[in-house]
Amino acid sequence: MSDATANGIPASGAPAKSSLLTQDALMRKRNAAEARFKAYGIAAIALSLSVLFIMLWTIFTDGVSAFRQASLTFPVTLDAERLDPEGNRNPEEMARVTTIGYTNLLNDALVAHLAAEGISTEGVDDGDIADFISRGTPAELRDQVLADPALLGQTITVSGFASGRIDGYLKGRVTRETAAVDTNISVEQLDLADRMVEAGILTSGFNWRFLTNPDASDQRPEMSGLGVAIIGSAYMMLLVAIFTLPMGIAASIYLEEFAPKNRWTDLIEVNISNLAAVPSIVYGILGLAVFINFAGFPQSSSLVGALVISLMTLPTIIIAARAAIRAVPPSIRDAALGVGASKMQTVFHHVLPLAAPGILTGTILGLATALGETAPLLLIGMVAFVQNYPAGPFDGGMLDPATALPVQVYSWASRSDPAFIERSAGAIIVLLAFLVVMNIIAIVLRRRFERRW
Amino acid sequence: MSVFLLIVVLLVLGIAGYVLGRGRALSSVGGNPRKLHSLPGYYGWHGAILAILPALVALTMWVIAQPLIIERQLADFFPAEQIENDSQRVLLLTDVRRVAQGLDTAVAAGALTEEQAAMIRTEFGSVRDRLATVGVALGSEVTPQVLQAAQRYRELAATGGLWRMIVTLAIALGGLAWAVRTTNGDLRARNRVEVVILGLLILASTIAILTTIGIVLSMLSETIRFSTMYPFADFLFGLTWQPTFQGNSELGLIPLLWGTLYISLVSMIVAVPIGLFTAIYLAEYATPRVRSIVKPLIEVIAGIPTVVFGLFALVTVGPFLRDWFAAPTGLGTSGSSVMTAGIVIGILNIPFISSLADDIINAVPQSLRDGSYGLGATKSETIRQVVLPAALPGIVGAILLAASRAIGETMIVTMGAGAAAKLDLNPFEAMTTITVKIVSQLTGDTEFNSPETLVAFALGMTLFVITLGLNIFALWVVRKYREQYE
Repeated sequence: MSDATANGIPASGAPAKSSLLTQDALMRKRNAAEARFKAYGIAAIALSLSVLFIMLWTIFTDGVSAFRQASLTFPVTLDAERLDPEGNRNPEEMARVTTIGYTNLLNDALVAHLAAEGISTEGVDDGDIADFISRGTPAELRDQVLADPALLGQTITVSGFASGRIDGYLKGRVTRETAAVDTNISVEQLDLADRMVEAGILTSGFNWRFLTNPDASDQRPEMSGLGVAIIGSAYMMLLVAIFTLPMGIAASIYLEEFAPKNRWTDLIEVNISNLAAVPSIVYGILGLAVFINFAGFPQSSSLVGALVISLMTLPTIIIAARAAIRAVPPSIRDAALGVGASKMQTVFHHVLPLAAPGILTGTILGLATALGETAPLLLIGMVAFVQNYPAGPFDGGMLDPATALPVQVYSWASRSDPAFIERSAGAIIVLLAFLVVMNIIAIVLRRRFERRW
Repeated sequence: MSVFLLIVVLLVLGIAGYVLGRGRALSSVGGNPRKLHSLPGYYGWHGAILAILPALVALTMWVIAQPLIIERQLADFFPAEQIENDSQRVLLLTDVRRVAQGLDTAVAAGALTEEQAAMIRTEFGSVRDRLATVGVALGSEVTPQVLQAAQRYRELAATGGLWRMIVTLAIALGGLAWAVRTTNGDLRARNRVEVVILGLLILASTIAILTTIGIVLSMLSETIRFSTMYPFADFLFGLTWQPTFQGNSELGLIPLLWGTLYISLVSMIVAVPIGLFTAIYLAEYATPRVRSIVKPLIEVIAGIPTVVFGLFALVTVGPFLRDWFAAPTGLGTSGSSVMTAGIVIGILNIPFISSLADDIINAVPQSLRDGSYGLGATKSETIRQVVLPAALPGIVGAILLAASRAIGETMIVTMGAGAAAKLDLNPFEAMTTITVKIVSQLTGDTEFNSPETLVAFALGMTLFVITLGLNIFALWVVRKYREQYE
């Protein structure tokens, strides 16, 4: 050994032509290439993460204002002569006064209130002041009066939404520059809005009704909400879970535990992996052709949506469930078989309970993907304009027309009024909140129950 | 008795079957379960299965068959020329069903008695108005034939419902009786129950096959119908896409196919380098800590619904590209363009490529890298000259799968690519894809008898064939060129 170390020392005196410590040109080039290559990797990651961040940030900033809403608060005298011309407080006769009658009443009341408060309405005529009030407010007042005719003749304080443009002005979406070129609103109206804010007539607050209201027409963006969409999505997720969970578990048990290796099971396996890669819109076509045209299920219903989404989600769930079942070690099966359990008892009493957390995690993640699925739902008519809440789950509500959260995002985004873009982004915030919750549940489940064998 | 109620009754009978089967088995051995062949519960399940399953199968078949049989009977009410055509017949039958449902609602609401509903005639006044009073809105006035057919429909449905109940209950009770009769201590109940369960498991596993068959059949039949109305060669090779709802549409696939492929190409140009470099960095350079933070973050992109990307394309990317690139260079004035959709689909596909490629790169054995380092190669040289060539088939497979996803992507192109079908090279022009046109031809109120609607099924078929072909090709590439490291 000592020879070796002695021989390892370079002969003293001979000048070293090159050293490992000083880099020659080639080595410098190679190291530069190395650094560049690594930088590309970092750049790629930075780029994708920053795009993700920009996307979430723009959607969040666009959408968060959907949760705020400008309201007008002013006293209205419910003139009995105008609202109940017959004079006998019979709601059926009063119903002949349409919303137009209430609109006029509200407009007059607002104009009168502005005059009483001494707010200058210079440059704004009464019709322009009327534009401040949302077109949904008169209908609500009418419902309120019809439900309680005793209100007639009293002076009540009405707090109703301001119209979309005024709301947009308070949120900064409508500015004086855009108002100058917008035929729906004038700069003078915005000045008046400023004065009304000062007087406390026009206020802005958190808008619960964005989460509960049904959709509203193009003219009334301020009245639109996600109520129907949330119910529709909830029904669909419930049905998808009911359809896919037993089906997926049964299929994966068979394929993992019982299936003989033959052409038939090979075919099933190839099929499942191919189905997972079929574009979602193709499932929409399938749903349209099979469930609506052939089986005659009602269009736009959560049931059909759930059936289509179930077919789409099933391959994912089967793949996840099979992985969970496969992760249960064979020793468990051998032990159960050894004490005399049948194959079926082994699977249902021992393997399945041990695989359950994994299956559940996979299912929740599958459902989270399913919740955001849009394209197939467009084809089965869930993009329709639905203003009525579906009935309760036991009154056939799953057959009623409904819409779904991601579809609502799409249908609002395709409307012309920019107020709907804000709503669309707001709907995405709600959708992402649901997704985050589902994913957290899945992660917690995995952390809590995951076993390493 | 409604179907729902029948199912409830069946469940009750099933419970009865469980109790009776279990009790009889136990009593046959004098209450000593050790003398039984199976555990007592299995005798119960045996009874329940025999009570429910055959009856349920019969009920299902009945529910499917009854409308078909009734519809055939109703055909006699209409002159032959009215029901010659498939779509006309469907429309008429829908009318009949709606009127029948209207009469049902009217009876339920008490506006008509059962006899009045059966006797009501168009000659004595407007049926539509009478039904409107109970909230049943009919589109047009009811013709005498439709009304008579509707009344006949109600009669037949009522008789059918009665027999449905009798047959189902008879089968259920028969099954129950048979189960009770055959149950004794020597019955191999567990084996029988397990065979049924196995059957159900097999049934569940065929759902994948059924779905595929459903997809192929539904699209194939409508595509064939389309080809009888519109020359199929014109569809496949036509250079213009111009559907008009007055007829004379030009439904050429080529512009749509071009738009689809162009957008997918742009998306791959974005996704492949970024995704690959991400995967390489994560697999080869990143410390475990960085990897455990960055990898989930990248995968967040994959968990975001595509409609969110669609809105991003519509609101942010589109106007940005238009104002900063297209308008200054004079290439276009539209926010929705091939670039918009392509870039956003590319972003969507980054995590898909990176996680697949990451797995593949990790599967390359460490010994190959060590060999390369031993020869003095730097890390990047090792990756470029050893790791990537070894991982190439898998990476090509991943890229092909990503391409198939880009081709089938719908929401982003619907919101970001535009609706104009044209053959153009300018990437800042709005173009359209197969998926966009499927959506636009099939949404809204449509009748399924015009080539303009049916073409959507032919487009769907094309899409299905292309993506399936790409998937199979990808799997084949992976299998054929995969190096086996043992």
